[in-house]
Amino acid sequence: MIRSLSVLCVVALLAVLLALALGSVTVSPIDLIAVIQGEGNALHRTLLWELRLPRTLAAFATGGLLAVAGALMQVLLRNPLADPYVLGLSGGAAVGALLAMLTGMGTLLISGSAFAGAMLATVLVFGLAHGTGSWTPSRLLLTGVVVAAGWGAVITLMLAITPSYKLPGMLYWLMGDVSYARTPWPPLIVLALSIVLVLPLARNLNVLARGPMQAAALGVSVRPLEWTIYILASLLTATAVTTAGSIGFVGLIVPHMLRLVLGNDQRIILPACALAGGTLLVLADTLARTVIAPEQLPVGVITALLGVPTFLYLLHRSR
Amino acid sequence: MSTLRTRGLVINVPGRPDGYALDMDIESGQTWGVLGPNGAGKTTLLHTLAGLLPARSGQVLLNESPLADLKRREIARHIGLVFQERQDSFPATVMETALIGRHPWLSPWESEQGDDQARAQQALTSLDVDHLSDRLLNTLSGGERQRVAIATLMTQNPNVWLLDEPTNHLDLHHQVKVIHLLRDQARVGKTIFMCLHDLNLAARWCSHVLLLYTNGDACWGPADAMLESSALEKLYNQKLITVEADGAPVFVPVSA
Repeated sequence: MIRSLSVLCVVALLAVLLALALGSVTVSPIDLIAVIQGEGNALHRTLLWELRLPRTLAAFATGGLLAVAGALMQVLLRNPLADPYVLGLSGGAAVGALLAMLTGMGTLLISGSAFAGAMLATVLVFGLAHGTGSWTPSRLLLTGVVVAAGWGAVITLMLAITPSYKLPGMLYWLMGDVSYARTPWPPLIVLALSIVLVLPLARNLNVLARGPMQAAALGVSVRPLEWTIYILASLLTATAVTTAGSIGFVGLIVPHMLRLVLGNDQRIILPACALAGGTLLVLADTLARTVIAPEQLPVGVITALLGVPTFLYLLHRSR
Repeated sequence: MSTLRTRGLVINVPGRPDGYALDMDIESGQTWGVLGPNGAGKTTLLHTLAGLLPARSGQVLLNESPLADLKRREIARHIGLVFQERQDSFPATVMETALIGRHPWLSPWESEQGDDQARAQQALTSLDVDHLSDRLLNTLSGGERQRVAIATLMTQNPNVWLLDEPTNHLDLHHQVKVIHLLRDQARVGKTIFMCLHDLNLAARWCSHVLLLYTNGDACWGPADAMLESSALEKLYNQKLITVEADGAPVFVPVSA
C-alpha cells in the first residue's frame, strides 16, 4: 500500500516538473533547478512561479478532484461507469457558468454560478432517480444521461443567442480549460481535506461496494454513509468544474485503471485516485499546451479522446 | 452466547394478512430450520431478525434489548447473516471477501491485523476454500461462492448465525460438511437459524423447526414434534411418504 502510493507520488512529482519545463519556451533541467533554488534569470522565474506553477497545480488539483469524485460515485452506485461528467453534473455547472457569462457577470460570479449549477444538477439527478424508493444504479445512470442531454440542449440554446464576440471564451469553458484557473489553492485545499475526511470511511465503502444489505448486515449505517458520499462527491465535482470548466472522463479512466492494478480497496484507491488523477491532468494539460504551440488546445479535448474509448471498452466488457 | 426472542412479531410481506404472530425464543446452542414454500416469507423473516427490514408489528429482542434500540455496528457484532443473493459489481479476491467479516470489530482507523488474517484463513480452511484465497470471486462456481459467504460469516464470528439457504449450490458432501460445521458451532454455544429448502436436512440435523405457511400462519417447536407428515403435507400441498433411515425420518414426495 505504502509502496504503490510512494510510486504514484514520485510519478506525480516528475509530471509536475515536466509540465514546468515544457511549453512555448522550454526550460532546461539545469535552469529549472536554478529557479527552484531561487536563482536563474528573471524571465524564467516569472514564467515558472507566476504562470506555469499555478496552472500546473490547478491542473493537478482538478484532476485529483474529478478522479476521487468518480471513484466515490462508482462505489455509491456500485457501477464502474459512473462519473461526474456522464451523470450530467458538469453539464449543470456549464449552464450556470454560461448563464453568468451571457449576462456579463464578473469572474467570481461565474465561479459561483458554476458551483450552484453543479449542485443543482446533483440534486436534480439524484432526486429524480431516488423517487420514492431507493437509488437503483441503472435508474440513476439513465437519469444522469438524460439530464445531461437536457443540459446539452440548454447550452446549445444559449450559444445560439450569444453575441459572437463572447463565444470563444464560452466554448473553451465548455471543453474544459485549466488556463481559466485563477489560483490553485482552493481546489488543492478541498482535495486535501476530502482525502483526510474520506479515509476513515474507506473501509465502510469497501463493505458498501458489496451492496447495501450486506453492508448493513456488517454494521454499516448505510443511509448516512450514502448521503455523506453523495454530498462529498458533488462538492468535489463542483469545485473541479468551477476551477477548470467541464473536463470529462477523468473520473472514469483513473479509478478504472487503478482498480486493474491495485484491486478495489478504497483505502488505497482513493488517495491513489487523487495522485493519479492529478498526474493525468497535468500531463494532458502539458500536451494541450505544447502539441500545437504557441496555440493551446482545451485540455478537455485530450481527456475526452482518452475517455470515450475507455468508456466504450468498459461497457463492452461488462456486457 | 446470545438469545434472540420475537414478541408478537408480524413480518411485512406486502399484500398478505397478518396471520399468526411469532413468539419464538431462539436460544444459544439450538439449530433452527425454517421450512415453507416459495413466497412464504422465509427471507423476509431472516432480514427482519437481522434488523434489516422493519416488522409490521411486534419486535425482535437481542439479549432482551429491542433490535430497534441498538446501533447497526452493535447488532453486527452479535448477529450475522448469509444472504441468498450477493452482489459483486467490483472484482474482489476470496481473502478480501472473508476479511470484510471483521468490519464490525474494527474502528475506522484500524486495518486488519495478523489476528484477523488468521481468523479468515481458518474460516476458509474450514469450508475447503483456502486454496482459492487469491482467486477473484467472480471466477468461482456457485457452490464455491456459497462456501466463501459462509466463511465470511465465520470470520465475522457473531453469536447468532442467520443463513438463507446455506446448502444452495452445494454438492452432497459439501452440504453435509456445512451442516456439520453449523451443528458444531451450535454445540459450542452459537445460535443457528436457517432457511432450508430440503425438508430432510431439517429432519436430520435441526433441533427446532419453524413452519411458515403462505397465508401467514406459522407454528414452531422442537423438530421431532413439528415434523408431522400431515403438517408438512399441508405446508407444501404435496402428499408425502415417511420412511426412516439412519435414525431420522425421511420424507419422500408421492408421485402423481
